[in-house]
Amino acid sequence: MLAYIFRRLVWMVPSLVAVSFLAFFLIQLPPGDYVTTYVATLAASNEIVDQRTAQELRERFGLEQPFIVQYWKWITGILLRGDFGLSFEWQQPVSGLIWERMGLTLLLTSSTLAMTWAIALPIGVLSAVRQYSVVDYFFTFIAFLGLAIPGFLLALVLMYVAVVHFGQDVGGLFSEEYQTAPWSFDKFVDLLAHLWVPVVILAVNGTAGLVRVMRANMLDELHRPYVTTARAKGLSEIRLLIKYPVRLAINPLISTIGWMLPQLISGATIVAVVMSLPIAGPLLLQALLSQDMYLAGAFLLLMCTLTLVGMLLSDILLALVDPRIRYD
Amino acid sequence: MNAIQPGAAAPTEPHAIDRTAAASQWRLMWWNFRRHKLAMAGGIIVLLLYVVALVPDFLATTDPGKQNARAVFHPPQMIRLIETTEDGWRIRPHVQAMRLTRDRVTLAPTFTPDPSRKIYLGFFVEGYEYELLGLFTTSIHLFGPENPRESVFLFGADRLGRDVYSRMMKAAQTSLFIGLIGVFLSLVIGLILGGISGYYGGRTDFVIQRVIEFVLSLPTIPIWLALGAALPQGWPPERIYLCITIILSLVGWAQLARVVRGRFLSLRTEDFVTAARLDGASEKRIIFRHMLPSFASHIIASITLAIPAMILAETALSFLGLGLQPPVISWGVLLREAQNIRSIATAPWLFAPGGAVVVAVLALNFLGDGLRDAADPYQK
Amino acid sequence: MTDTAPVLEVRDLHVSFPTRTGVVRAVDGVSFSLARGLTTCVVGESGSGKSVTARSILQIVDTPGRITGGQILFHRKDGSTLDLAAMDPRGRAIRDLRGDEIAMIFQEPMSSLSPVHKVGDQVGEAVRLHLGLSRRQARERAIDLLASVEIPDPHRAVDRYTFEFSGGMRQRVMIAMALACDPAVLIADEPTTALDVTTQAEILDLIGRLQQQRGMTVMFITHDMGVVAEIAHDVVVMERGKVRESGPVRSLFASPRDAYTRMLLGNVTKLERPSDIRLKRVEPPVPPPPILRIENLSMVFPIVKGIMRRKVGEVRAVDGVTLEVRPGETLGIVGESGSGKTSLGRCILRVTDPTGGAIHYRREDGTEIDLAKAEGEALRAARREIRMVFQDPFASLNPRMTVAQIVGEPLLVNGLARGAELRDRVSALLERVGIEPGWAERYPHAFSGGQRQRICIARALALKPRVIVADEATAALDVSLRARMLDLLLDLQDELNLAYVFISHDISVIRYMCDRVAVMHRGKVVETGEATQVCDNPTHAYTKALLSAVPRPDPEARRIHLRHRYVAAAE
Repeated sequence: MLAYIFRRLVWMVPSLVAVSFLAFFLIQLPPGDYVTTYVATLAASNEIVDQRTAQELRERFGLEQPFIVQYWKWITGILLRGDFGLSFEWQQPVSGLIWERMGLTLLLTSSTLAMTWAIALPIGVLSAVRQYSVVDYFFTFIAFLGLAIPGFLLALVLMYVAVVHFGQDVGGLFSEEYQTAPWSFDKFVDLLAHLWVPVVILAVNGTAGLVRVMRANMLDELHRPYVTTARAKGLSEIRLLIKYPVRLAINPLISTIGWMLPQLISGATIVAVVMSLPIAGPLLLQALLSQDMYLAGAFLLLMCTLTLVGMLLSDILLALVDPRIRYD
Repeated sequence: MNAIQPGAAAPTEPHAIDRTAAASQWRLMWWNFRRHKLAMAGGIIVLLLYVVALVPDFLATTDPGKQNARAVFHPPQMIRLIETTEDGWRIRPHVQAMRLTRDRVTLAPTFTPDPSRKIYLGFFVEGYEYELLGLFTTSIHLFGPENPRESVFLFGADRLGRDVYSRMMKAAQTSLFIGLIGVFLSLVIGLILGGISGYYGGRTDFVIQRVIEFVLSLPTIPIWLALGAALPQGWPPERIYLCITIILSLVGWAQLARVVRGRFLSLRTEDFVTAARLDGASEKRIIFRHMLPSFASHIIASITLAIPAMILAETALSFLGLGLQPPVISWGVLLREAQNIRSIATAPWLFAPGGAVVVAVLALNFLGDGLRDAADPYQK
Repeated sequence: MTDTAPVLEVRDLHVSFPTRTGVVRAVDGVSFSLARGLTTCVVGESGSGKSVTARSILQIVDTPGRITGGQILFHRKDGSTLDLAAMDPRGRAIRDLRGDEIAMIFQEPMSSLSPVHKVGDQVGEAVRLHLGLSRRQARERAIDLLASVEIPDPHRAVDRYTFEFSGGMRQRVMIAMALACDPAVLIADEPTTALDVTTQAEILDLIGRLQQQRGMTVMFITHDMGVVAEIAHDVVVMERGKVRESGPVRSLFASPRDAYTRMLLGNVTKLERPSDIRLKRVEPPVPPPPILRIENLSMVFPIVKGIMRRKVGEVRAVDGVTLEVRPGETLGIVGESGSGKTSLGRCILRVTDPTGGAIHYRREDGTEIDLAKAEGEALRAARREIRMVFQDPFASLNPRMTVAQIVGEPLLVNGLARGAELRDRVSALLERVGIEPGWAERYPHAFSGGQRQRICIARALALKPRVIVADEATAALDVSLRARMLDLLLDLQDELNLAYVFISHDISVIRYMCDRVAVMHRGKVVETGEATQVCDNPTHAYTKALLSAVPRPDPEARRIHLRHRYVAAAE
């Protein structure tokens, strides 16, 4: 078991290196650089920046150096000093801008994950046990519908309904008075009061997918010989169901946590833009549009790292609950 | 040992098996598929959608790009089939015309039904000019106002007075084909890498496997956003379209590669493939004659299920402004109009393209699900 | 049947499975009874309904199967009688009986046990449920039970998972589980079918001993007449959902009244001695030079582990094998699972590459090539003359090709025939193996297992081969089809002067079919010789153990309990 976790941890190293490389590559990709954008913005307001000033700016940010040197500076800064560089647009260190937003991103995605599981498991089991019944058809249809509605559309519709019919704005994660307030218990309660809306919206997609997977897994397991064996021992149907097929059908599902996390983060990004949630997504989008490369890079790196860590945790969890993997 | 072996228990009575005995896999799959009512419905809708995608202008009623200052946020008009006049009733499709009035103080436009005026609709009417299938120019449309100078807004108009219905038809072309082309590109990459991985195995397989796992572990939207942001603003729309398709498939191939590899690996050790090798069949023949037919059906099901994911991705990307750019219109581009809460509060019909996305994705998912269930007629 | 009072009586039982195409009557008016404290064997071929009958006693027939009529009367120790067939399959009444008074064990010990629950948990579950023991008491009981089924080191075994055990040990765990509440009746559904003969003998012994100690009634489902003869007191013969004959084992074997029973027994006893076809053959005065000479052949799998694909060990699947095959003769390769017999067969055709040694193949013109090193055209040419028939007739035919395409494939790809000529030759081949040529355009799914195996043989014959390697070619077939398949192979041998390398785990098939036999154990050939000699007077200790573990269809001469045991030298 320890050996397995160790091997899995060792695997994280090249993945993290690749992710950091990818993130840096992506933010370097757009033609021109922040200075170009900056100069263009100034020019639009009739301010002329001469070539020398632009050149100075480039030198200060080290934008002239070769890719690998810039990458090395960037990644060592992060690893050694926790320094993610300077946000051009905000004129302050990136590390000051990201952590709260990443924290809220994590909170949002993990609550969504918990909710998804809590809803999808019983429905998946029920659908499988009552295969081809009205209940099964109903939930199957709902699940397909959930898969077909993009999260942002759902968010828009919900906001429309809330505004038009209830005169209420459901966007954001905080009420106005808490938006800039320091953290306090009241602020946390306020957060929870707002959090459930995006959680529900995000959970719809994941739940729908998970119901399908759980149903299929259960159908596979329900007709295995060990179920007959358990039945021959005299267990009641419900106890038998929970102890054997459900227990085994969950195992492949645990590895889906790993796959769901990237999807959740993706979904959260766009829903957050629509609902103007103070999480990573909207700021990433803004940073990408204004070529604020270090800010965008930090978000990309952290979001990818988050999913990699999620994968790692789901793999370890799977090994904990499934002895076959542990002994392999 | 189970007494019931549906596939195995070969009935010896000739009349009972004649029909299935000589049935090829495609026919068996078709019989299986036909039993799947939702999948059949999904298939029909998908077919209709792609007909729309082929001839969007033929189905449109107004030039999708045409702005109309007098029709800003014009509400949707319902088609009425039966007209009642003093002489009785008759079948004559028409819509009620709307009259534009402005608030005296705020100048805000309001539309009220104009009972005195009806706009009659007809089939194969004259309208704006367009190229049908890229072959010839025509101005015939499936239906529209009998008088070409009048306009009708089935799903209302947007903030520039453009007809949402006609724009949705045109956008269907972009959205549906981007899904198809994106999946095709993914499939090419997936087939090559998955095939190499599954066929050669060993170290090659190991490396490709890790790459696939890595790609699958990336959160797609942030990566897509970054790639989308990298496209220069000044590029022509066609080139953007192409690049967006490539961007979508850069992430989408991994799933397909996994499917291909899995099938390849399991087939490679099948006895009938070994038998073909011992028969003296060449590697090419083994792959194309003996292995490919076995997983073609699974691949078809997988791509059908991958198309909706592509459509959703394009919609999301364009919605955020990092995908396709006007004047190219896709459902995602249209939905940008619905981005702020004020526009949708005044014109909720701007959600209509979202409905199209849902219908398309739903239909494709049902179809793909049915195909997947029918993909292996020999199982069990 | 017997004087003792029955503990269970099945009366006119009907079980049916509604399917899309109609209702399948899996059990169609079956009646029999189980005598208290004795073993009753229910015997039949696949599809006879024996397994469904056994499952309906506990009301655990797979959905959508349902008991549609009849009674199952269970006479309890306290004198009361229950009708199990009338109980609700999900109800309390039948659940209280399951695992308590009537217990069951199944065929596949691997898939019938949960892979993610510890052995102790699964074994102790029934006592916790029925006797209300605590978790700790159940564990103690589980350890006792594991000890009683002779699992070594039960204190440690109780905390292990089933996949850490071998097949035989798993079946012991299953038996321990069934015995947990001291059941009055034990239903065993083909519990030894998936096991090797020596392991089977151990399990049969164990069940016998436990039955004696506890005075249990055993209902034993099997397809193997040899097993019936070894252990049964009473026998019930089933076919297509009906009972054909039942009675005490001796009289049933000595004077079967029913035609089906006679056919079944006839097929079994037929395989107890060499085939008549072979006995009629005339030995050539001078033995021809061998067509295949296998010299010191080995095949070693490396065991790789971890990220760097380090080699951490190796499996010697074939370990220095030296053998000869002469033209027109059948060389049998016999061994248990894991003996390397299949790997050997696959090496000859280079399906897998040997890692050492040589396979000299003598061509028609007298020249020899080493198949172990042949490549390209030379290998292809050799593969035209040496063909293979696989074990599983379902997996070895491409379900997506018609029979004509499958049989014609070797002719087509080797450029030997096409068009009308191809059609004619395929028809002739099918006719020769007993398949109606008019069915050539059908797909494999339209054929039964036996027919499919004939199609496989037709494909092998298409290139006019000189050697055929048959890997367990009859293992998937019922006994009534087995003898006919072997006779077909022998006829073809006479007609085409074929040499067979006949791989099997079944001694009776080897004795019937083969001229000479090589016994394999752990990758090595431990004994070779004339088939009759090896089968009747083995010299090697392993062969003796193997042969004495084979149940013979003769209830008058039970002998498994007298068998030799072979303890392999430490490796």
